[in-house]
Amino acid sequence: MIDLIWLGLFLAGVTTAMFTGHMQQVTVSILGGAEHGVELSLALIGVIALWNGLMGIAEKAGLIDTLARVLRPVARWLYPSVPENHPAMGAILANMSANLLGIGNAATPLGLRAMRELQTLNADKETASDAMCTLLAVNTASITLIPTTVIAVRMQYGSTHPTSVVGTTIIATALGTVAAIVLDRGFRAWDKRRRRG
Amino acid sequence: MQAAIATVSNWLLPLLVAGILVAGYIKRVPLYHSFVDGAKSGFGTAIRLLPHLVAMMVAVEVFRTSGAMDLLTQGLAPVMSFLHIPIEVLPIGLLRPISSSASLAFMTHIFQDPKAGPDSWLGQLASTLQASSDTTLYIITVYFGSVGIRNFRYALKVGLLADVASVFASVLAVTLLLGPMP
Repeated sequence: MIDLIWLGLFLAGVTTAMFTGHMQQVTVSILGGAEHGVELSLALIGVIALWNGLMGIAEKAGLIDTLARVLRPVARWLYPSVPENHPAMGAILANMSANLLGIGNAATPLGLRAMRELQTLNADKETASDAMCTLLAVNTASITLIPTTVIAVRMQYGSTHPTSVVGTTIIATALGTVAAIVLDRGFRAWDKRRRRG
Repeated sequence: MQAAIATVSNWLLPLLVAGILVAGYIKRVPLYHSFVDGAKSGFGTAIRLLPHLVAMMVAVEVFRTSGAMDLLTQGLAPVMSFLHIPIEVLPIGLLRPISSSASLAFMTHIFQDPKAGPDSWLGQLASTLQASSDTTLYIITVYFGSVGIRNFRYALKVGLLADVASVFASVLAVTLLLGPMP
């Protein structure tokens, strides 16, 4: 998939350049683009380091556990098929908390642990369970409080208010997550009806 | 409402930093050492991004400077204006679920555009779009792959439809806070 997109962007570009006569600019942009990518990732070091450092403190202070306690009723409603004291519930809650805080580095391993725990509850080991589908819906939409990478890139490009996107991001991701949960529930009901025939 | 959200945007980061430091101090966490320890991994994270950003930046630059980008946006302009989505952010919305480096590269083009820039309405929308979704295809592949699930049922459909919903939600959020597109 990623191969096709990468190839597609190049081929579409080079083919268009044959007709528009922009081949000279394309040559420059190949070399310029590479430099651009390096500049951008170097510019990201500061903000990512800052955020990871803060989250190191937050984790040791038990912030993820605190957040997990607050989120427990929500998780019980989202995952009715998971027993309350099952280790899967703990992993799901830790994953939700890490996502909310924008600790992507921590969220993925926690999410994978949740998947392993959910697999122990799954009757058919090759087919996704309801709870697994919900976990993915919530993770791909994921509510974000502080979009760290985007803020860092905005700074790099001379924004005078780099954090001004915090408000719009919270609203957009909250709406997106609601949509994901509604879609998940809707498709689950439709899937159940279809299977019963 | 708009003023309140603007205040939240300005206050959230400083308050969060202060809150984390105070919470850590109360819980007797060694603040400085924990910070430095965590921050170390930031370097690795950013450097791991480097090859992805180089690959995508080059491809996206080629696509844009050749004029292919203009062809695409002109061709789809009527559909997008019908949906009330500014045509300039179309590539971000299309590529976000597949490759966050690719959509990030398109976002920086809006930031570089002297007519737009990061603080313009369009720049804010591009930022919100980039921030408000995740690489759905990658997450689904990795999560299901890690436990050997072959039948994803409806998970992919839900993920991609939710991404479409996120695009509309981003336009709505920016319109709500900054007013309609100028």
